[in-house]
Amino acid sequence: MENTIIKCENFNAWFGDNHVVKSVTMDIPKNNLTAVMGPSGCGKTTFLRCINRMHELAPDARTEGSLKLYQDEVYDIHPILLRQKIGMVFQHPNPFPNMSIYDNVVAGYKLNGIKLSKAERDDIVEDSLRKAALWMEVRDTLRKKGTFLSGGQQQRLCIARAIAMKPEVLLLDEPTSALDPVSTSSIEELLIDLKKNYTIIIVTHNMQQAARISDRTAFFYMGELAEYDHTKQMFISPKDKRTQNYITGRFS
Amino acid sequence: MQISTQKIIQQPEKRYKEKEFSAKIPFTIKRERYFRKSLVLAAIGVIILVMAFGCTLVVYSIPSFKALGIHFLYGKTWDPVNNVFGAYPFLLGTLITSFLALIISIPFSISIALFLGEYYPEGWFSNLLKNAIELIAAIPSVIYGFWGLFVLVPIVRHLEMKFGVLPYGVGILTASLILSVMIIPYAASMGREIVKMTPLRLKEAAYSLGSTRYEVIRHVVIPYAKSGLLAGILLSLGRALGETMAVTMVIGNSSLIPKNIFAPGNTMASVIANEFTEAAGSVYLSALIELGLVLFLVTAIINIAGKSIIKRFSKI
Repeated sequence: MENTIIKCENFNAWFGDNHVVKSVTMDIPKNNLTAVMGPSGCGKTTFLRCINRMHELAPDARTEGSLKLYQDEVYDIHPILLRQKIGMVFQHPNPFPNMSIYDNVVAGYKLNGIKLSKAERDDIVEDSLRKAALWMEVRDTLRKKGTFLSGGQQQRLCIARAIAMKPEVLLLDEPTSALDPVSTSSIEELLIDLKKNYTIIIVTHNMQQAARISDRTAFFYMGELAEYDHTKQMFISPKDKRTQNYITGRFS
Repeated sequence: MQISTQKIIQQPEKRYKEKEFSAKIPFTIKRERYFRKSLVLAAIGVIILVMAFGCTLVVYSIPSFKALGIHFLYGKTWDPVNNVFGAYPFLLGTLITSFLALIISIPFSISIALFLGEYYPEGWFSNLLKNAIELIAAIPSVIYGFWGLFVLVPIVRHLEMKFGVLPYGVGILTASLILSVMIIPYAASMGREIVKMTPLRLKEAAYSLGSTRYEVIRHVVIPYAKSGLLAGILLSLGRALGETMAVTMVIGNSSLIPKNIFAPGNTMASVIANEFTEAAGSVYLSALIELGLVLFLVTAIINIAGKSIIKRFSKI
């Protein structure tokens, strides 16, 4: 595949003795929106967290196989540097409660001790908030605490915080599952817009969401990658029996 | 009546159950009543006890207050032979030793809180450290006093000779060092609990932006836990203010205003412990009790302040 940004080959992940991700091989193309879906406990979130090595926060996590960002093996890059290249947005909006909206956006720089001039910071904040479609709503209240925003706004603030670091890839772990339908659709529109500049991988529990926004869909079942194809292809004529059952609602 | 008999006839099994249940009622209700009464009694008893402590202190310090008035608090001389009682040297001694102890202990207690709460919350080493810290709080203070006399005093004396001050060995610094060890557990275990409470999603947010562990602690954990850490420090200050035995043994028991931190001095608690048995005159005795009252008030205020910070914190 051309334009591959992430390339997995026989990738496995364990927590202790629990084999969570089983021999996954897939290529994720650049500037695409890839959805990872599957029933709960199928290893989709763990797979996502393996891409920026967040799963290593659990002490008994280990992996095997190859996972490459461009040509570089992810597990040879220092996690601190890797995570600056691969941003992440979580299930529950988690702006830092002790910081203002402005400070939340530049939190990545502040946390990493990167010094910026006031003008640079202002630029980054405005640019990131515009890209996250939040600028118009918060430009007059940048000094207010981020936790005063609504859930959907907080989640867009978290997206702004992630893209402020100018990452290559943006990982989203069920970003709308804690939000109402209106906020959900605004985030979905935002994601479709964002894939021009970023490669987006989104884990979702919601098939309709995957069908609505993604270019490609990966279907995980019991830790295995059951099927990976163009989204349309997969939803119209799934090749795998398990995918078929899932899409037709025989289990969830 | 009729209806109930009908019911009983219709459902013979249920009749048996009801009978058993009704036989139980008087006992369970009685037990409930006694249980509640005994709890209320215990609660009221504690309140009365605390109020009685306060009243005793106030009543017995009236003679001293009548004789000395407010001068008691800032009088610089404590001379029982001439019936002159000024508590200022002891007030000063208490505050200096406590705050010095606090300053010495803070780096240790906060490091321990972060280590146990964030870095190594589990595992055998963490358990060992946790138990060791708890043991520090459980050691009787007279043992600290002994340790101070036999180990710390010679070291401080050596230090004093190097600095060229009078080598007493005993004094404000020695007392502060002992106190700093004794109060570590309070701030450390309180801090550990609060640090542990930092939400994982905030830490994950910081990690996902490429933070190191140090940066996560510095920018996420400490801002989140700071009021809890402060409350722990206040509680340990309360403990330092009131500590008696170990301090009495190593502070040097001088009623003069200490000229520097090496000089011997006295705290309010150590004066009371030292001089209570030899207090001859009624004003002397009453002055010691008034000292106790002041100490009681200061520690009460510190404790209330600490608790109110915890309360405000746990609401968030």
